Parts: sequence; C-alpha cells; structure tokens
Amino acid sequence: MSSAATDPAPVVELDDAVAVLGSFPALAGATLRVQRREILLLQGPNGAGKTTLLRLCAGLLPVARGRAAVLGWDLAHHRREVRPHVGLLGHANGLYLDLSVGDNVRFWGSTVGASGAEITEAMALLAVDGRLGGLKVRSLSAGQKRRTALACLVARRAQLWLLDEPHAGLDAAGRDELDRTLRAAAAAGATIVVASHELERAGALATRTVEVVAGQVREP
Amino acid sequence: MGVTRIAWLVARKDLRVEWASKVFTNQVLPFAAVTMVIFAFALDADVVLERVAPGLVWLATLFSLLVLVQRSFAIENEDGALDATRVAGVDPRAIFAGKALALAVELVILEAMLLLAAVVLYGQDVPIEGVPLLAVTSITATCGLAAVGTLYGGLAAGFTGRETLLPLLTLPAVAPVLIGATRAVEAALGTAGAVVSDGWPWVGLLTVFAVAFGVGGALAFGPLIDE
Repeated sequence: MSSAATDPAPVVELDDAVAVLGSFPALAGATLRVQRREILLLQGPNGAGKTTLLRLCAGLLPVARGRAAVLGWDLAHHRREVRPHVGLLGHANGLYLDLSVGDNVRFWGSTVGASGAEITEAMALLAVDGRLGGLKVRSLSAGQKRRTALACLVARRAQLWLLDEPHAGLDAAGRDELDRTLRAAAAAGATIVVASHELERAGALATRTVEVVAGQVREP
Repeated sequence: MGVTRIAWLVARKDLRVEWASKVFTNQVLPFAAVTMVIFAFALDADVVLERVAPGLVWLATLFSLLVLVQRSFAIENEDGALDATRVAGVDPRAIFAGKALALAVELVILEAMLLLAAVVLYGQDVPIEGVPLLAVTSITATCGLAAVGTLYGGLAAGFTGRETLLPLLTLPAVAPVLIGATRAVEAALGTAGAVVSDGWPWVGLLTVFAVAFGVGGALAFGPLIDE
C-alpha cells in the first residue's frame, strides 16, 4: 500500500459539497481531501457540521450540490456502494448487547464474507479475544464496548473509519488504548477521520487537523 | 454476499439474541398464556369458549406479535445496530427477510403453545382430518403476520412514539389474517358444524396476503429504514 504522500487518489474528495438537513444546509460548500492512512481531526463548535460531514462520507446523506467522492465512488450516484467499505462509529456502538463479543464480531464480519481467521485476527488486534470474547456486550465497560465496535469495523474490512467523539465515555486507560488502536489501524492501511471536541488528545493522535465552521472546512 | 445468505445470518442473529436474553421464553410466551387464561375468565361458558376458541387463538397471536415486533426492533435500536446495518450497506431485502424469518419461527412456537392452551383451557378437540389444514393455515398465516410485522416494525422504528404507532399500523393491516386464519381453523376443528373443505379458500386468501406483503415488504423496507 502506498503512503499518503505518494498515493494519487484521495480517499475522501469533497468539492464545494452541500448537504441539507430538512431545509437547513448543514454542510454549506465543504472542500476537503483526505489521503490514505491519514488520521484527520475535524474540530469545530457544536452544530458546525462535523457529524453531517461524517454522515455524508458514509453515504447516509445525499449530496445536494457540489461533488463528493469516497474511495473513488461518486456519492451523487453510488451512496449505497460505498457503505460496505466505510465504518461510522458515533455515540452508539452498533452492537447487539445480549450477544457475546465474539458473536457480534462474527456477525458483522460475516456480512462481508470475512473468514474465521479474519474474525479471530480482528478480535486479537483489538484485544477482545480470550475470556472477553465470550462475555455478553451488555456486561462490558464503555471502553471494552468501544473496542468491540472497532473490532467489528476491522472484521468488516472498513477502509475508511469515521469516528464521532470516539473518546467520549472512556477512562484514561481506555483512551490510551483507543489511540494505540487507531494508530495501528492507520499504519495497517486504514484512513481515519475523527470529529472531536477533545482537541489536546485528538490533536496528538491526528496527522492533520481541519476546522469545520458554519458547514465549511477550513485549514488552520 | 447473496441476499439469502445475509438473510440467514440476520435470522440466526435475531434468534440467538432471543435465546440469550430469554425474553421470548420468559415474557412473551407467558404473556400469551395469560391472555388465553383471561379470555377463559371473561367467557366463562364452555359452549361459548369452544365456539370462539379459534378466534381467541389468533387474537392472542396478534397481541403477542406486537410484543415480538417491538422486541425485534428494540434490539436493533438499543445500541444503534439498525443504523450500523445501513452504514455497513447490508442489503435491506436481506434484513427484511431475515427478521421476518426469525419472527416466523417465534410465531410458530407461540401458535403451537396457544393451540395447546385452547385444548387444555377451553376443552377444544383437534380432529385428525383437520390437522393438515391446521398446519397449512398456521404456516401461511405466520408468513403474512411476520411480513406485516417486520414491515411496520421497520417503519415505526424510525419514529418517536413507536410503541403506540406500531399497533395502530399493524392491527388494521393484519385484519384479513385474523379473519382468514380464524375461519380456516374453525373448519379444521369443525367448530359450529364447519367442515374441512370450507377452510381451503381461506388458506388461499392467507397465501395471497403473505406473498403480497412478503414481496412488497422486501421492496419497501430499504427506503423505509434508509430515509
């Protein structure tokens, strides 16, 4: 896999992209490039459009105007096609709380045809294997649930990780663990976009930071 | 991954969740049993009970269906899993088919228990010649109920007040199943002089209903949960 500096095709390409929530343009002409293996921090006040930008990149919102492409797919026409290759982790983890950690990772991995070895590897990478793998998700700590959700992303072979406030609800050890995981994932080829208000921690994690203000993206 | 394979994964996942949480066995089945007992108290006359037993079985099934559908989508919404399936690009037809299949399995178990309750509590006889009609009625009615329940469960899942919206949407839609299945079971059990041959046209209606809502639901489910 080529490095961010030499890879010619950005993972995310937004050109004057507009996304509308109801009648409100939550994203009002955003322009952004994100290269493979980057960890990009989106910072900005509440309501600035960070979450909308993540949801647009995940193919969950239509592009009202401008151009938006993710992993080579033009989102104006191929929103559904891009989704299997993208992982969006918001305030919820997207887990089945009455299933075990292993059952959750197996389920999400199976939806893309991941092999047993890939699922085992994903669980080992996020350290949710062994005894933890057999526990019900409902009984886990917030940090363990977060790691399980990330293991599901790995098992799903998501190439672009879109994380909304990933450190929320985690204790100091959980945050350190999450940062290590994200750095390892980026090193392994994933591209990560993080929206966060925790600028000190997320800033240290990110390889680049942009500011989202009034639905537009500004380089600091 | 094909739609059938993913539908199977979704159905297996839903049944595993129910098996692990024990909500079906510890809450839904007892709820259905209590409903049958309450009916027996309300209609405390053997003749009346025997006459209305088929209808009571299906009424109890419909009430329990609402609980099962609420439950089926509650597990999806509890930690944002339904949203995650959208993001993961899981084919909505497969989600619909898988959830409907899991619901159908639960309904068949429920109906067997309710029929047993009707035999025990209401003194209902099950003549041997009516058993094939009874089995086919149960299968076709179950398919229709599972399809309608999944479709409207998916629709209601996106709204606030989904708990009250679901019965409002579902009960009128399943009225044809209630009527058809009751008449067919009356024919199978020989209630009020009905004969088995009277039941098969009603099975035809139930089949048309199941196919219509099965196909329509699979096509409509994607837009319903996506927007």
